[in-house]
Amino acid sequence: MASLAGEIDNTSDDPRVRAPLVVGDHDLASVTESVARVAEAPRPPRAWYIAFAISVSALAILGVMILYLIFTGVGVWGVNNPVGWGFAIVNFVFWVGIGHAGTLISAILFLFRQKWRTGINRFAEAMTIFAVICAGMFPGIHVGRIWFTYWMFPVPNQMELWPQFRSPLMWDLFAVGTYFTVSLMFWYVGMIPDLATFRDRAVTRVRRMLYGFFALGWTGAARHWHRYERAYLILAALATPLVLSVHSVVSFDFAAAQLPGWHTTILPPYFVAGAIFSGFGMVMTLAVPARQLFGLKHLITMRHLENMSKIILVTGSMVGYAYLTEFFISWYSGNIFERFAFIGRAMGPYWWAYWIMVTCNVVTPQLFWFKRCRTSILVLFIASIFVNIGMWFERFVIVISSLSADFLPAQWGYYTPTLIDILTLIGSFGLFFTGFLLFCRYLPMVAIAEIKAVMPRKHRQGAAAAGEAGA
Amino acid sequence: MSDPVAATVAAPHEGTEATPEPRELFGLLVEFKHEDDLLAACRRVRDAGFSKWDAHSPYPVHGIDAAIGIRPTILPWIVFAGGFAGMLGGLLLQWWTNTVDYAWVVSGKPYFSLPANIPIIFEMTILFAAFGAVFGMLALNGLPKLYHAAFHSRRFRRVTDDRFFICIEAADPRFREAETRALLESLAGDAVERIEERGHTDPPKLIMHVGLVAACLALLPLALAARAWYSKSTLPRIHPILNMDQQEKFKAQRAHPLFADGRAMRPPVEGTVARADLHLLGEDDHYYYGKIDGEWATTLPQRLRADVPGLLERGRERFAIFCAPCHGMDGSGNGPVRLRSDELGMPLVVKAMHEDAVRERQLGHLFNIISNGINTMPPYGDQVPVRDRWAIVSYVRALQRSQLATTADLSEEQRAERQRRRSGND
Ligand code: HEC
Repeated sequence: MASLAGEIDNTSDDPRVRAPLVVGDHDLASVTESVARVAEAPRPPRAWYIAFAISVSALAILGVMILYLIFTGVGVWGVNNPVGWGFAIVNFVFWVGIGHAGTLISAILFLFRQKWRTGINRFAEAMTIFAVICAGMFPGIHVGRIWFTYWMFPVPNQMELWPQFRSPLMWDLFAVGTYFTVSLMFWYVGMIPDLATFRDRAVTRVRRMLYGFFALGWTGAARHWHRYERAYLILAALATPLVLSVHSVVSFDFAAAQLPGWHTTILPPYFVAGAIFSGFGMVMTLAVPARQLFGLKHLITMRHLENMSKIILVTGSMVGYAYLTEFFISWYSGNIFERFAFIGRAMGPYWWAYWIMVTCNVVTPQLFWFKRCRTSILVLFIASIFVNIGMWFERFVIVISSLSADFLPAQWGYYTPTLIDILTLIGSFGLFFTGFLLFCRYLPMVAIAEIKAVMPRKHRQGAAAAGEAGA
Repeated sequence: MSDPVAATVAAPHEGTEATPEPRELFGLLVEFKHEDDLLAACRRVRDAGFSKWDAHSPYPVHGIDAAIGIRPTILPWIVFAGGFAGMLGGLLLQWWTNTVDYAWVVSGKPYFSLPANIPIIFEMTILFAAFGAVFGMLALNGLPKLYHAAFHSRRFRRVTDDRFFICIEAADPRFREAETRALLESLAGDAVERIEERGHTDPPKLIMHVGLVAACLALLPLALAARAWYSKSTLPRIHPILNMDQQEKFKAQRAHPLFADGRAMRPPVEGTVARADLHLLGEDDHYYYGKIDGEWATTLPQRLRADVPGLLERGRERFAIFCAPCHGMDGSGNGPVRLRSDELGMPLVVKAMHEDAVRERQLGHLFNIISNGINTMPPYGDQVPVRDRWAIVSYVRALQRSQLATTADLSEEQRAERQRRRSGND
């Protein structure tokens, strides 16, 4: 995976020429072909089977862990007094954060006319969907008596009592729920024309019927495209403030509390930057092997990876800046509890988590100042994994260190996760990757129609010749 | 790797050519290889005045809207309406549930506080605007519509791959088969194809039946829930999840092997007297029941007379805790529970301590009212010990007097003080 062999370098930044977003000699038909054949191949690559077997096993572990939790109670976790929010909430914030890149790429980069997004948006969106599913699961199971989770929904319970809408936890439910729904629609709407492609290429009746059903009878009519493009643009415009709101609201869960280390106004922007950072980290982790495995190097090009690494550099540095600001303010505010909380983070009982976080999130991305690193597959892949680790630890630091030592020393307590906690975390990765691998196998991994629309004109016109030969 | 494609193209499928009987004509289809040809052709068809026709392409072709004459869609307005409805819905939901339907004090904040409601209003606005965009787009496009006559054409399958098409429907008022065909043939496309209306093949029966049964079954729980909601039942509530109903602990009247007598419940300590049996001890009826020889006592029990000021002070304190919530600090009946009950429209009729009827009650009777309650007033005998009940009774008497005090009740000094204040005010 480390070699650059087979890579075409389209990363030069000569302002006079537009860098190609599809490299190699491709026309419309061959773009369709290269995406569709992944889903049409009778058997996926061996690596897919291996990855799928591992993911499904992890998913099974998750199922067992959840059942064990439900039948026994939250005592199987390491949560204690005062740390009532253990791994479950750490994982929730982690997964929601990851879920941010998908819609960010789809929506914000779309509005900014960053055409390179077309190569990666589809599977970044898929990643969002599965990440938000993982995220949504955790608050659901962490309430202990999960059969009462419906108390979070806007329906009266058996005492005719409604939820308390002035609580950030309710805002959170609405934010994440809306985010999931809108992301799902965005993903699906974007996929309709590609599902129609799959329908029209289908060789078996079952495939034809299934893809046909989900393609809704798309015929590519110009009038349909007209409204479709408008709808897509509007969705992007709606999703943009939504993306920014979701992690802000997640941060309110903390910022609206009185706890030292949580009760700060920097939290919303800092969470959003972190979310984008972690999201791109995960996209990178997935994109590098996926393009290799499914032969999509000409669509997800070196330039895509390089651009993402630049975003990682920027957002990583923003996160680092936020860490510094927190420290500065804790000193500048003159509030001894704040100061204690932050000194405690760096030098207290969880110092190791703090320094893992700083190393992974602030130091690692600095590699991307160098073009050599930005264009090395190996460096990109490894750095992206570090980003994921770092961002998980960031949430650990925020949740655990503040809860474990608040105002009164009498209420302090050390948190240690149990094996069940750790297996549940691993299991959530199983859920994520199972979903993602199924997506890679059965759905259009790259937005075929969108790619065609941004292809260089001469390649589009080349369709005739190539199509002729194929027919 | 290109085998599947080849297979697709070669897959035997009822070609349009092979149909024997003539069927109703749907329209004429012409294929293009270049988007530029498509654009040029669209302009010509547009200029020929057709209305029921469309161009089909694998991706949105730049400039085609003008070439066909597509007017801007009204979709943005639908989105606006959706967003507005979401905003209003979010606002009303929070206002109605937390302010009207079940008003609920949280941290002493107002029931309705807009700033705290904004996040949810915002999310609802986005959500419904997005619904408007997606469902509005699908509705305007007439999707889902799984059948289209052009799907019968083998060539048309490449519309989602690399070919461009124009299809003019026979339903168009200007459609004349021969002339229209001539027009289409004059465009830079490939051979013109007749698209016939053949009706669509239904999905397999099995799917339909299974789907129907599943849909009916899915409604069943809803129907049951609705029925349960609107009907009354004498049966106890169903508890699918037995929270803490079953606990491994000793309960009264149960057997337990731990004790020699096999009972979980321990007998009371030797000499214990049940509360209702105090009189059996031949004890002071006056003190415990407020009665002397079966009549309400009119005096304080003997044993409390030693320290009356201390008793009154204790009574003042206990009254503030146990009685003031309903009766008010001054006993006039304006306690917070009473005020709230008025607010909720379910007034609690509380008596004032200085009402004539109450003033006429004997001391022992007042004691009994506290011990056992009266009409809608609950008993406090369980919560307030006997001595404290007498303390409250004596304090109630004090309240009764203070509420109806006259100048004659004042001391010389107080009268002088009052005089001084009065003249000071003038
Ligand atoms: C939950 C509210 C509540 C509390 C607390 C409460 N009361 Fe009452 N009380 C009432 C109501 C209602 C009535 C009127 C009952 C009726 O309909 O006659 C009442 C009536 C009375 C009366 C008049 C009864 C009569 O008909 O002469 C007295 C005396 C009285 N309360 C004393 C007390 C004292 C003393 C306490 C404290 C130990 C107390 N109450 C606490 C609700 C309350």
